[in-house]
Amino acid sequence: MIRYITRRLVFAVPTLIAISFTIFALLDLAPSDPTGQLPLTIPPEVRAQIRESLGLDEPFPVRYAKWMRQFFVNEPLNLIERAFDVEIGDSDSRTRVISYATRSPVVDIIAERIPQTLWVIGLSYVVGILIALPIGIVSAYRQYSWFDQVGTFVSMVGFSVPTFFTGLLAIILFSVMLEWLPSIYDTTHRVTDLGSFWVQIKQIFMPVMVLAFYNAAQLARFMRSSVLDNLGLDYVRTARAKGMRERTVLFVHVLRNSMIPVVTMIALGVPAIFGGAIITEQIFRVNGLGQLLIVAIQGADIPMVQTLTFLFAVLIVGFNLVADVLYGILDPRIRYD
Amino acid sequence: MTRGRAVSRRRTLTIVLAATVLAACGPDKAAPNESLASEVENRHVNVLYWQAVSTMNPYLSGGTKDVEAASLVIEPLANYDDKGEMVPVLAAEIPTRENGGVADDMTSITWTLKRDVVWADGTPFTARDVVFTGEYCLHEEIGCSADASFTDVQILEALDDHRVRLTFSVAKPVPYGPFVGAITPIIQYEQFKDCTGIRAPECTAENFGPVGTGPFKVDEFRANDVISFSANELFRESGKPWMKTVTLKGGGDAASSARAVLETGEYDYAWNLQVEPEILDQMATAGKGEVVMAFGTNVERLVVNQTNADAGFGPERRSLLLEGTNPHPFLADPVVRRALSLAIDRRLLVEAGYGPSGRVTCNIVPAPPSYASTANERCRKPDADEANRILDEAGWIPGADGVRSKGGIRLSILYQTSTNSVRQGTQALVKQMWQQIGVETELRNIDGGVFFGSDPASPDTFQKFYADVQMYTSNFQGADPEFYMAAWVCEEAPDPGNQWLGTNVARGCSAEFDGLAERLAATPYGDERFEIAKRMNDIVVQNHFLIPLVWRASTSARSMSLKGVRMNPWDSELWNIEDWHR
Repeated sequence: MIRYITRRLVFAVPTLIAISFTIFALLDLAPSDPTGQLPLTIPPEVRAQIRESLGLDEPFPVRYAKWMRQFFVNEPLNLIERAFDVEIGDSDSRTRVISYATRSPVVDIIAERIPQTLWVIGLSYVVGILIALPIGIVSAYRQYSWFDQVGTFVSMVGFSVPTFFTGLLAIILFSVMLEWLPSIYDTTHRVTDLGSFWVQIKQIFMPVMVLAFYNAAQLARFMRSSVLDNLGLDYVRTARAKGMRERTVLFVHVLRNSMIPVVTMIALGVPAIFGGAIITEQIFRVNGLGQLLIVAIQGADIPMVQTLTFLFAVLIVGFNLVADVLYGILDPRIRYD
Repeated sequence: MTRGRAVSRRRTLTIVLAATVLAACGPDKAAPNESLASEVENRHVNVLYWQAVSTMNPYLSGGTKDVEAASLVIEPLANYDDKGEMVPVLAAEIPTRENGGVADDMTSITWTLKRDVVWADGTPFTARDVVFTGEYCLHEEIGCSADASFTDVQILEALDDHRVRLTFSVAKPVPYGPFVGAITPIIQYEQFKDCTGIRAPECTAENFGPVGTGPFKVDEFRANDVISFSANELFRESGKPWMKTVTLKGGGDAASSARAVLETGEYDYAWNLQVEPEILDQMATAGKGEVVMAFGTNVERLVVNQTNADAGFGPERRSLLLEGTNPHPFLADPVVRRALSLAIDRRLLVEAGYGPSGRVTCNIVPAPPSYASTANERCRKPDADEANRILDEAGWIPGADGVRSKGGIRLSILYQTSTNSVRQGTQALVKQMWQQIGVETELRNIDGGVFFGSDPASPDTFQKFYADVQMYTSNFQGADPEFYMAAWVCEEAPDPGNQWLGTNVARGCSAEFDGLAERLAATPYGDERFEIAKRMNDIVVQNHFLIPLVWRASTSARSMSLKGVRMNPWDSELWNIEDWHR
């Protein structure tokens, strides 16, 4: 197992380097300009100076090499320095990845954003799974019952209606008409007592539920078909013939086997949490990683876009590995050595 | 905000307890305490900018959102009020030739600073801070976005602690570029002294939390997200600001910002709402807030290409002036340009796309009143018949498909603009209007980031202008159009020689205009100056190099409970936030 993981990690390195180069080249080829959003009252010569101060007049390979060095050498060193409060080498002259828009280190902003995204988008993922699995199991076990029919209908709606529509609908219903929930997420809110906890629940409710509904819809369908596949298999009949209780058959035998494809789905979906559900974050102004990425793309903030997309690539490669490892744990027939 | 809320929660709890106890003692004593609790909420203002603020140092950004957020904290020597008049802020008075502040030869200006102004950290504000700010921006390696304000500044010097003299390399009839308006606020020497030149972006803490003289100070700054401010107790005007705390949140889009003020009432003020008028009207019926607007100098215009933008040409010829040897096949004909302008029903464009936030304009400089020409009012009434008549007369004859042509050249126009639903609506209307005079139009829209970007490699920027007609809005900073109009002289036509950075995007040339631009730069404020500026406006408009369409207001929204908002199109919209109250 360890050998397998090591081998996979080693193979990931060239993949990631190729990804980073592709991202950088694509961003560089795209006709964008970090001064494009400035008011037209700023004359073109001044814009040219701004671009020069951002280092944009350097050739492509130089900029790429700079970013590689900053991201793979300087930023990790900086992290170590901060974590252990030591100084390694000449840390003052080490340049970090600097955003064009804020002129501050990209990694610091990302770190600032992670909690929001994890809370809102992560929670919605967990809620989505918690809703999806029971619905999927019951729908399969009671196939074509009214519960299954309703579940199928709701899943189809959830799957096919985009979040920018359900989000807006929720805002108009709960914020504008009923005035129960805030439509704008306050990222500075801190939970200190019961009252502020309630405020937090209220403001997190809509974004979480909108996304959970969307995630649950897909997962529930997947879970249902997987359980259905297994229910018809021989080992289920054997288990029943042995006189096992229906509960044991369903929750021990069937569930474990049908979780295999679903776990893959769940694991591969985790990077998307970090990617932030971009549209949902934008609608509710949960200014997390997704919103950060959108703003950076609009503003042609190339170091920010590059760093974020590369981090997402790392997560995707990583969680692919996690999914494969989980496979081995869930299914003893799968061996990697 | 957090702190405010947490405090208020705890306080509410205390008050409830206190009230219960007091209620047992006597019925009337609870009242003052309760008003205290609502006071904290009451003296907090929530402001929403749908473009999130990236930095609090406007010299490193230049984005309107960043400039306006910074205007709560750092202030210039003078700013423009809601009528476009200069008012002193950190200066004791506006220097003029009458009071001796501006030299008779107009090559220097001396600002006298207010005495006893202190920074939020308690140290005195002096002339050294002003001089330092100028040097900070003029540093070669910084890429200062306000650089244009410091054009021709030669010497910056502190005469004593409270007087600063700026000497220009040429005579400046309007020497109010540096330190006037929110784009050039004064930063503190002590804080920024190690942050000059190439080190400027490294000073994250300073750029995110500048020490200022303004009504508020930064408590917490989250880049591209939210800023928490609290009142500056050392603000020079006692009793101000009325508000104790401010939250400035960013993100989302214009329509949902409008909703948060007008419909849900969660926020008190929302900035820059270019939303279709019927949507705003519908939201405003909720009665929680109102739309506020003010007309500055924003004009949505058509730019008419005077050079040949034929896609068959290579980059060595396409849309290049080449000293007049590359004229546009039909837009070089003044009759065609005039007909295009005559055919447009501007009132319809305003109604469809702008509502009360737009007005018909026939001038490219619509304000201030002293600079606004009155010679072009005929454009208010469209006249397709007249347009058809002059085109017939000039020999542009409709073909079988209804499109006019002459000598094998068809009146077929490629019309581009940035992607934006209001602009696409306008495009469609103009296309119909031109169809009526036998002009065929192909529409194109380009993402704003690309269109307004100036990547020399991109063929889609408004400066490259690989199209026949394009549309966008521009305006000028402050209340004097000299710099704005000087951009349209012949030699400013974009070409590879200036990396396509030229500002005369229409590539129109008029010797009279160029001569007037030179005279304007040397004529002091007064009737002669106004007349020259008006004449320049008339030349551009009557030659139809630029076809003004809509005079656009700055549009924001405020909640009904928020008082004291004076919408200002000349400076930061938040210019008088110290006077906001409920």
